[in-house]
Amino acid sequence: MYVATKGGEVAIDAAHAWLAEERRGDAATPALTDAQVTGQLTLSVARVMVEGALYDPDLAALAIRQARGDLIEAVFLIRAYRTTLPRLGYTDPIDTGAMQCERRISATFKDLPGGQVLGPTFDYTHRLLDFALAAEGLEPTTTREGPVPPKPRVSGLLDREGLMEPAEEGGVPGDVTRTPLSLPADRATRLQVLARADEGFLLSMAYSTQRGFGRTHAFVGELRIGAVVVEMEIPELGFGIEIGEMVVTECETVNQFTGSGVAPPQFTRGYGLTLGRCERKAISMSLVDRALRAEELGEETGAPAQDQEFVLMHSDNVQATGFLEHIKLPHYVDFQAELELIRRLRREAGERREAAE
Amino acid sequence: MTEYGFAYLDEPTKRMIRRALLKALAVPGYQVPFASREMPMPYGWGTGGVQVTAAILMPEDRLKVIDQGADDTTNAVSIRRFFARVAGVETTTATEDATVIQTRHRIPETPLSEGQILVYQVPIPEPLRFLEPREPETRRMHALEEYGLMHVKLYEDIARHGRVTTSYAYPVRVEGHYVMDPSPIPAFDNPKMEMDAIQLFGAGREQRIYAIPPHTKVVSLDFDDHPFEPGRAPQTCALCGAADSYLDEVVTDDAGGRMFVCSDTDFCGGRRARGLRGPGLSVAAGDVA
Repeated sequence: MYVATKGGEVAIDAAHAWLAEERRGDAATPALTDAQVTGQLTLSVARVMVEGALYDPDLAALAIRQARGDLIEAVFLIRAYRTTLPRLGYTDPIDTGAMQCERRISATFKDLPGGQVLGPTFDYTHRLLDFALAAEGLEPTTTREGPVPPKPRVSGLLDREGLMEPAEEGGVPGDVTRTPLSLPADRATRLQVLARADEGFLLSMAYSTQRGFGRTHAFVGELRIGAVVVEMEIPELGFGIEIGEMVVTECETVNQFTGSGVAPPQFTRGYGLTLGRCERKAISMSLVDRALRAEELGEETGAPAQDQEFVLMHSDNVQATGFLEHIKLPHYVDFQAELELIRRLRREAGERREAAE
Repeated sequence: MTEYGFAYLDEPTKRMIRRALLKALAVPGYQVPFASREMPMPYGWGTGGVQVTAAILMPEDRLKVIDQGADDTTNAVSIRRFFARVAGVETTTATEDATVIQTRHRIPETPLSEGQILVYQVPIPEPLRFLEPREPETRRMHALEEYGLMHVKLYEDIARHGRVTTSYAYPVRVEGHYVMDPSPIPAFDNPKMEMDAIQLFGAGREQRIYAIPPHTKVVSLDFDDHPFEPGRAPQTCALCGAADSYLDEVVTDDAGGRMFVCSDTDFCGGRRARGLRGPGLSVAAGDVA
C-alpha cells in the first residue's frame, strides 16, 4: 500500500555520506592536499578564482577538492562563500603597465620595447602524452630568470601615432555584485560580467566572431601575465597603501575600424582581464568585448556575440548550471496540471469528432 | 555556524532586499530589480525565495518550507535545514503555526491568515518572457499596460483548442495594473492569491522581487465568454478523502495502477488526524505517518 513519503531527510543524509566517501576515493591512496592543488593544478585554481571572482588560491584549491574536481561546482562554492564577505571598500585600479611580467607577447610587432617573453607556455610544446610524468620521472630543471622590468604597453605605442582610438577615461565603474544588471549595460559593466563569465561560453562566442558571426578582425596587440600590486586608499591616511599582490592576465586586441562620419579610420580596442593565469579566457574576453561594441561604433549588428542581452544574460555558469539542472527537481504538481489538461483536450477533441460524425 | 551572520546574509544585503520588498509591496505586481546574491544553493533551487526569507526572518519566527506542497520533498528539507542552521529559527510543518512559509509550486490548502507571510520561489518572473524575450521591451510593455500580446496568446489557445492551454504559472492581473507571473503554481491555486497574508516573490537568477499585499485584487486573465477555469484531477484523495484539494497522481504499479493523493501533506495529515479517511486507506491501517 502507498504511504505518503517521509524519506527526504534520510535520503539526503545517505546521499551526503556517499558523496563524502566518493570524494575521498580509495582510502589506500594518499589524500590530495590543498598545497598540491595550488602548486600543481595552478590553471584549475586560476579558473576557479576568476569565475568565482575571488582571488584566493588556497580557498580555490579547497573548493576544487571539495567539488571532486568539478570546476563549475568549485566556482559555485567560491561564489557562495564570497557573497558572505563584507564589502569593506574598493581598491585603486591596478596598474598592469607596471606588471612584473612572466609572459608578454605581441602578435602585431616582431620585436618591441621590453621584448617578447614566452614564459611558461604550452604554445610550442608537442602535445605528446608524457609517460615520464606518469612514471613520476625527472624533475624539471629551471631556467627561470629573475624579475623583469616593467614593459610599455603596445596600445600605448600605437596611441602615440594617433592610430589607436583613445582609451575611455573611466569614471567610477558600477559593481555587478551589488547592483542588478540593467540593460543596455555600459562597457565597464559588460567587462565585469565577462570577467566572471564561463570560459567555455566566452571561447565559443569569440570563436563565432572569427568565423563570420560579427567579424571584428582582431589582432592580439598584447598579452601579458604577471604579478601586480594591489593598493587601497585608506581614508584615515589619505593615501594609497599596498595591501597585496596578485597575478593577472591581460589581453588587448587591436581591431580594424574603417571610421565613421565623425571618427577617422583607426584601430579600435578589445579588452580582456582575468585573475590568475587564464590566457584563453582573456583573449576570448577581448574579442567578445570588441564584438559588443559594434553598436557603439556604428557597425552592422545582428550576430549573437554582438547582442549584449544574449551574451551577458547567458554567460554566468553558476546561473546557467543552476537553472539548467533545476529541472531535475520535482515538478509533479505542474506536470499533474498538464496531465489533466491533455486528458481533457483529448477527451474534448474526441467528443467533437464524434459529434461531427 | 558562527562564521555567518543571522540568516546567512550580511546586514547591508538584508537592508537592500528589504527596501526592494517595501517597494514591491507599494507597487503590487511590479517587478523590482534587486542585487541578488549568490547563495549556497544553486540558482533554480530557490535562491530568490531563500534571499527573501533570509531578509525577513526574525529570531522568533516559525518557518515552514514546502516544495510541491510537501514538507518532506528533498529541496524543502534542504532549505528548512539551511535556515534552522544559519538562523536557528524554529521550524514547523503545520501551516497554521508558521509565521513564514517558503514555497515552490504550491499555495497551502489551509487558508493563510493575517500576520503570515508566503514566500514564493520564482524561476522566470516575467509573464511576457515567452512572448517577448527582450527585457527592455517587456519593461516598456508593463509601463504602458500593453498586454495585447498576452490576450492574443490566450485567444489563440481558445481558437485552436477550445480553451486556454496554460495549466500552471497562469498569468494574473494585480490590482488592475500589472500582469504578473504567479510562479509555476497550478492554475488551481490562482484564486487563493486574494488572501489575508502577505505574498512575496523572489527570483534570484533574474534579480527580481515582487509582491502582493493582503486583500489585493488578483484576477486570472480570461475572456467574458471563456471564464478562467482552475483544474484539478477529478478524484478524491486516497488517503484523506478530500474532494477539493489539489492532487498528485502516484503510479502504483506497472499495470496502469494509479492513486491520487493530496499534494499538500500537512493538509492531508491534518484531515487524517481528525479521523477522515480516503478510499485507499483502510481504517485498520489508520495511523500512517
